[in-house]
Amino acid sequence: MMPLLTTKGLSRHFGGLRAVDGVDFALMPGEIRAIIGPNGAGKTTFVSLLSGRIRPSSGMVVFDGADITAMPAYKRVRLGVAYTFQITSVFANLTAFDNVALPVQRTLTDGRTRGQVRSGVMAALERTGLADRAGTLAGQLSYGHQRLLEVAMGLALKPRLLILDEPTQGLADSEIDNFISLVREIARDATVLLIEHNMPVVMQLADRITVFNSGKILAEGTPEQIRANTQVQDAYLGATHG
Amino acid sequence: MRDASPAKTYALHVGVIALLFALNFVLPDYHQGLFARIMALAVFAMGYNLLFGYVGLLSLGHAMFFSAGLYGAGLAVYHLGWGVPAAFVAGVACGALLALVIGLLALRTSGVAFMIVTMMFAQVFYLLILYFAAWTGGDQGLVIQQASRVIAIGGAPFDLTDPTVRYMSALALFSIILLVTLAVVRSRFGRVLVAIRENEERTKMLGYDTLANKLAAVVASGAICAASGAAYALLFGYVGSSFASVQYSILPLLWVLLGGAATTLGPLIGTLFMYYVTDITSGFTSAYLLIVGVALILLVLFFPKGILGSIRERWLRWLP
Repeated sequence: MMPLLTTKGLSRHFGGLRAVDGVDFALMPGEIRAIIGPNGAGKTTFVSLLSGRIRPSSGMVVFDGADITAMPAYKRVRLGVAYTFQITSVFANLTAFDNVALPVQRTLTDGRTRGQVRSGVMAALERTGLADRAGTLAGQLSYGHQRLLEVAMGLALKPRLLILDEPTQGLADSEIDNFISLVREIARDATVLLIEHNMPVVMQLADRITVFNSGKILAEGTPEQIRANTQVQDAYLGATHG
Repeated sequence: MRDASPAKTYALHVGVIALLFALNFVLPDYHQGLFARIMALAVFAMGYNLLFGYVGLLSLGHAMFFSAGLYGAGLAVYHLGWGVPAAFVAGVACGALLALVIGLLALRTSGVAFMIVTMMFAQVFYLLILYFAAWTGGDQGLVIQQASRVIAIGGAPFDLTDPTVRYMSALALFSIILLVTLAVVRSRFGRVLVAIRENEERTKMLGYDTLANKLAAVVASGAICAASGAAYALLFGYVGSSFASVQYSILPLLWVLLGGAATTLGPLIGTLFMYYVTDITSGFTSAYLLIVGVALILLVLFFPKGILGSIRERWLRWLP
């Protein structure tokens, strides 16, 4: 099977800092991949290079067989690479409905979906349990609901690859359980790449885990392999799992 | 807010137009003339509002788009002897073309830099008008004769210097632009513009080419402002360089802020308010600008979102 996304020698330097340093990475269609690693390991920079928010210093990104290294972010979104932000960035002054209407009308304009804006929006809101809050301003939603709205916006883009940057940050335990089942459901039609600090979430969700350290891939494997990896334990897991 | 009550929204806008129509028959001559002027200039404010209110781009150079329409139409009549409709189209085309060029250059910047760049271009435009005084009349301006301001429709002449024809022409332009603005802000395009104002980076990550959308908004805004300028030249017969000065870049900002940025009817209310406060106070005292200034400060203190913006925030959430 051909990978959905690959990177070759992908690097990004900020001055002397090698935030991402020659990363070779491959993601298979349909998998749920988690990226873990200590703070400053380059995880967010790496996914920003994938989504096109940041340009690489060198290396290349290939999505579905096409070189997208030089493609601006908005065009990658149209190809099906969706990114949800680490810091919640819903449109606070717009209603939940309008927040989701933006990605829905995008896919309609691109001809990737058909139908009415309204029905597409309500479907995405229902999937995330926000349908009864369609008319509420996003800024007035609770934090957990704002995170869900962010996911609803990602979903409404009909992504082939959904990149979630620390999606459970700030969620209550009860909300996390819902979130896990939501990501599983998303993964039925899309490939999911998530950065996550919450290890129980990672262990439950991920098919495979990639561990970053100092801008490089330290290890990659199934949750069991990563748990057993002594290098990973030293660099990262050791700190939290004693 | 959106889709909540389209019927109520359209009823309100049609109601305002009907009210303005009726006013033609009850207003005394002086106020009839003033209202015609206010409606023509409210179009300028609506064009400005599209960019400032909805996209959040603060330009300090919109006098150049207004005067591109003013001169585009005025010079076509004055030097080329064009008829009124062709001259109007020429004015709008000049404004749209200028907006396209200025947009391509100025949109490389944002925030304060965008304000300064647009202001600089407007000053260049102003100085060019003075420099080419042989054609533009320089700081004296040009007067367009009454004979040039008559439209023949099906044999019947419409004299734009006639108060009622002038009022109705201004109202027609105002109504069209009001309904166009309403349609735009309720459209998918309008939703994208507001999204850019709220968070441009996020909008890009939803698949939107924000630069292209902003450029389209600049061109639409420039064309509407030019329509106002062209109408002004043809209705009031005067084409002058003072309309290209920085004062006329700041006025639409004031009108929109007073009436309520990002409200469809705010530009009309702001223009109306400013004109009448100036008109009434100047009847009492020569220090009327002081009173206008105090009124502005009070408004900003108690209605920071403008008259209509504050009404929407407090009472009428459904206003577009």
